[in-house]
Amino acid sequence: MGALRFILNDDDVEITEIGATTTLLDYLRLTRRLRGSKEGCAEGDCGACTVLVGRLRGGELAYETVNACICFIGMLHGTHVVTIEHLSPANGPLHPVQQAMVDLHGSQCGFCTPGIVMSLYGLWMRNPRPTVPQIEIALQGNLCRCTGYAPIVKAGLAMSSYGDVAADPLVAHREAMLARIRGLQDGQTVDIGVGKNRIIVPATVDELARIYAETPTGTLVSGATDVGLWVTKFMRDIGPMIYIGHLDELHAIREAEGELVLGAAVTYSEATGAIERHFPQLGELWMRIGGGQVRNAGTIGANIANGSPIGDTPPPFIALGAHIILRKGNERREVRLRDFFIAYGKQDRQPGEFVEQVRIPYLPAGEKLACYKVTKRKDEDISALCGAFRVFVNDDGNVGMIRIAFGGMAATPKRAVAVEEALIGRPWTTTTIEAAIPAFATDYQPLTDMRASAEYRLLAAQNLLRRFHLETTGSAERLSKAVA
Amino acid sequence: MNKMEVKVPATGRLHESTPHDSAAKQVAGRAEYVDDITEPEGTLHAYLGLSTKAHAEIASLDLDAVRAAPGVVGVLTAGDVPGENDISSVHKHDEPVFAETLVKYWGQPIFCVVAETRDAARRAAKLARIEYRDLPHVTDVAASRKDGGKLVTEPLKLERGDVEAGLARSKHRAKGTVTIGGQEHFYLESQIAFAIPGEDDEIFLHMSTQHPTEIQVMVAQVLGVPHAAITVNMRRMGGGFGGKETQGNLFAVVAALAATKFRRPVKIRPDRDDDFQITGKRHDFVVSYDVGYDDDGKIEAVAATFAARAGFSADLSGPVTDRALFHCDNAYYYPHVRVNSLPLFTNTVSNTAFRGFGGPQGIMACERWIEQIAYALGKDPLEVRKANFYGTDDRNVTPYHQTVEDNIIHRVVEELERSSDYQKRRAAVLEFNRTHAVLKKGIALSPVKFGISFTATWHNQAGALVHVYRDGSIHLSHGGTEMGQGLHIKVAQVVAEAFGVPVASVKINATNTGKVPNTSATAASSGTDLNGMAALDAANQIKARMEAHTASIYEVAPSDVHWEFGGIRAGQQFVPFMQLAESCWMNRVQLSAAGFYATPKIHWNRASGTGRPFYYYAYGASCSEVTIDTLTGEYQIDRADVVEDVGRSLNPAIDIGQVEGGFIQGVGWLTTEELWWDGKGQLRTHAPSTYKIPLASDVPREFNVWLADWSVNKEPAIGRSKAVGEPPLCLAYSVVEALSMAVASVADYKVHPNLDMPVTPERVLLGVERLKREKAA
Repeated sequence: MGALRFILNDDDVEITEIGATTTLLDYLRLTRRLRGSKEGCAEGDCGACTVLVGRLRGGELAYETVNACICFIGMLHGTHVVTIEHLSPANGPLHPVQQAMVDLHGSQCGFCTPGIVMSLYGLWMRNPRPTVPQIEIALQGNLCRCTGYAPIVKAGLAMSSYGDVAADPLVAHREAMLARIRGLQDGQTVDIGVGKNRIIVPATVDELARIYAETPTGTLVSGATDVGLWVTKFMRDIGPMIYIGHLDELHAIREAEGELVLGAAVTYSEATGAIERHFPQLGELWMRIGGGQVRNAGTIGANIANGSPIGDTPPPFIALGAHIILRKGNERREVRLRDFFIAYGKQDRQPGEFVEQVRIPYLPAGEKLACYKVTKRKDEDISALCGAFRVFVNDDGNVGMIRIAFGGMAATPKRAVAVEEALIGRPWTTTTIEAAIPAFATDYQPLTDMRASAEYRLLAAQNLLRRFHLETTGSAERLSKAVA
Repeated sequence: MNKMEVKVPATGRLHESTPHDSAAKQVAGRAEYVDDITEPEGTLHAYLGLSTKAHAEIASLDLDAVRAAPGVVGVLTAGDVPGENDISSVHKHDEPVFAETLVKYWGQPIFCVVAETRDAARRAAKLARIEYRDLPHVTDVAASRKDGGKLVTEPLKLERGDVEAGLARSKHRAKGTVTIGGQEHFYLESQIAFAIPGEDDEIFLHMSTQHPTEIQVMVAQVLGVPHAAITVNMRRMGGGFGGKETQGNLFAVVAALAATKFRRPVKIRPDRDDDFQITGKRHDFVVSYDVGYDDDGKIEAVAATFAARAGFSADLSGPVTDRALFHCDNAYYYPHVRVNSLPLFTNTVSNTAFRGFGGPQGIMACERWIEQIAYALGKDPLEVRKANFYGTDDRNVTPYHQTVEDNIIHRVVEELERSSDYQKRRAAVLEFNRTHAVLKKGIALSPVKFGISFTATWHNQAGALVHVYRDGSIHLSHGGTEMGQGLHIKVAQVVAEAFGVPVASVKINATNTGKVPNTSATAASSGTDLNGMAALDAANQIKARMEAHTASIYEVAPSDVHWEFGGIRAGQQFVPFMQLAESCWMNRVQLSAAGFYATPKIHWNRASGTGRPFYYYAYGASCSEVTIDTLTGEYQIDRADVVEDVGRSLNPAIDIGQVEGGFIQGVGWLTTEELWWDGKGQLRTHAPSTYKIPLASDVPREFNVWLADWSVNKEPAIGRSKAVGEPPLCLAYSVVEALSMAVASVADYKVHPNLDMPVTPERVLLGVERLKREKAA
């Protein structure tokens, strides 16, 4: 029933039958023969397929970069998809961002270039005169193998002198497009196709709860930054696919008394402001989760529900004592986040049950918090390890409370209980820290894999405790990382 | 940045900065790559079935489920090959298209499935039931040597002087082993082939390849048809870097086999992960050395063995390991030297060409023993470098007995030392390290000398085809391929300059084996040198006819005919180029010419290890400063200053792009790009999620790149320019040595860190810990 409706560049699209696993990139390239967007990796890591997707966010139309290679068509209901072909007419002048790229020699082989242009275009619309760090953040999700990036960054610095943002069609005609987008929504659940090609886009969270309870074998999809790879790399079927990324209620960010409450479908990008306000200690981590395209798509609820041992939000949220609200039908229950992760690939989630909210208590006055993500490459890399530390030191100088949690060190995100035990009640001094260091080996027996050896993981984890201690006692030396 | 700094596109005159000819199309998404070509009705898609063992006998191969899968048209195995089941680029018959009874690496193709859609083919390929009988496998250099050290091709020895005597009389010895990692090309456009059957035995292929002629030859060989039946067309690659010199052969022959069998167009494009598993990479090396030197760090003798992981077949491992030896001297004179190569068999992908072609590994090893000497003597490595630079009139003979005739390394390094403020900054780094406990800094300045020419002398030839049409527009074809490096715009500039017309008058065409035959790979940095000269030859032939025609119809002496921008002058008469072309046609003057070029002077005797393999050398230097975090091993490059000698640049903007891009690609190779095989011999870093090439934020926080604009090639190469593709990659060594210095600071610079490359954060941290232990001990 119903149909998927979206706008592709200037065209209205209505789809009543399509594979649940059909990606936007394949749809563009194979069905629509729009071949400006390229496939470089089919896993959302290179950005050659970057497009803009305009979505309704709090009544506004917000355009964000998205990796078309891991975005399913079912995720586009009620959106405006903008591809590289939309930027300049076939025989007309180039778009200002494009002309800057030409004049500053920002393309060599040109294969990454459409994606780079789209990322710069997205940046230009919200920030026409970016700084170098802001450009670098906008390009975190775009690989270029030829140029060494210097001319691309120069193009980003120069683009404002090539044209006025206000004259850009997406800006100038925003209201008209907003009206068209609103016109696509009829408030009804979309449910098309059958079996592995069934796509369900529920109209409300209550609808979602009802449908998922009835169809617990369905795959919940919010940003598809992981589920996308089940399809593109493992060729798994995901139908019935139940999309939840559009549900306003799941996008709610409530800065409540005592806690931050995030709807499960809040993306990293959407949460950035609230995180920076309430947990400035997580600001650096936040901007090093994936690249822009991944932060625009990936959701906090899914980062948790996915159960990965290397997700980046569980360590700090566990250290902060977060809870999650699980819902099945109309039943809800609240679980401590640390208890949600049972074993590798196993979480405390029943069939038909989904994460609805994440509740993160604010840091009580006087407590210190830090989170460190350690990777091979600074940006857009999966953590070798990610450690979160939270301490309260009593007036007498002894540790009154300590919470340490790591990702990448065990089969699940995990508290360092033995280390905490070795610290609690003792003086917050180098001597105590050094005495606690051996306890890491009790808490963690990490793996050796392509990201890091067990030896490195354990040593770096121990050093992160040393770093946390140094920083809380005033002698901080750190490399500056991705905060613009 | 203000408006003043926005560059205005130039006229395209030779030696002027002009944007890449495809830039406007690329930024608009309208530049066409093979996968963007509109497919003819009925196009099929092929996908490969791969080995999931590093070394095993195929006990049984059951493809019934593959054949029965939805959309499948058929499968192909070794039995379906009408010609030779071999695509060894060096004709060693060690590289089957499809494995028959034995698989030699994880990811080796065993069969291919052809289906109506790529998705159907890919899904079907997973349904094969293959049973294996496991055999022992060797994955790396150490395992291969332990297993007897089987070689995939003949090793090379370079020798000059009396090494034993030289070592014996040296006051000091630097002995050690250095490990240099491999590198995945990570061209953004993965391998792809699109074969369209024609009449009789004809096949037309759209390819992404650096070597259209080799694709032609291999397809002909596998199909058992003459070369003339095969036409290869190549407009542009989405990156090559050496990875499309021989590695496209497999995909081309599979597409051609399927197109022949099913009489329909067939396209094949592997997923990125499969591309990683199937195709070869840069060779990793383990180099063991013994170097004798004096109190000043001046080297007396060098003995070294360069052992490389070649993979399961020879491919280009012979010439790659040769080139490593050719660069074991970098910019330094060795009075006595003997170096050997060991291209070792391993059960891994067959390693292949990658920007620098072994040269960078030779240079890394050399710079490592220079560094070790400096640490042993307590000197700045730059001092040791200067003590060993090739001389201009003496101390100028290489280990392969070629005299260095164009040495400018002294001036290049002196200028960089001054402009980068090296000495002052080095003092500041030392001071920083005295006052900081967690963060440590390092700085290094290292040179590069790089030999230009294919060492297989016969490859140093090129052809071009130029037509002038009646309207004055010019058609340009040549044997070189465009992979983003700006070859086409440079050659077009050469032709435009020759005729005195705007570069826009020159229409750049796809490389096509039907237009220019028997071409060499676009490789060894030689594209512009070779094809620019061939195109110039073609242009000059046409010009000579035009001049004679002009003298004749205007009845002036040939000496009174002169070319000017926009046309030709005959005495007082100026004839615009378009009118000249029309006039030539009316008077039956041929306006088409095939040009040819063969590099002069070069020769090489591999058996004796002597000759002049290189036409000339390109020089460069870089200075890098880094900061490391001694708690995690993470680091950043604070600043890099890079100067490169490109002779008289044909297009400075394009050349700067090559230098910047090459340097950063080198930085990636030496820092975060780590190839990691598991115990079963499977490569586990096989996608950008696990294999980390540099991002924008990895670029040095301050990055100054310029050309040595005073340099002019001593040899009459095209426009007195020099090659630029490969040398800048080697400049990234200064980053490694700066990281090394930062690590060494924790032991007061008394212990040589000898960090393995790539220097990942893990290796930095483990190095810091090791040096702290050694200091304490």
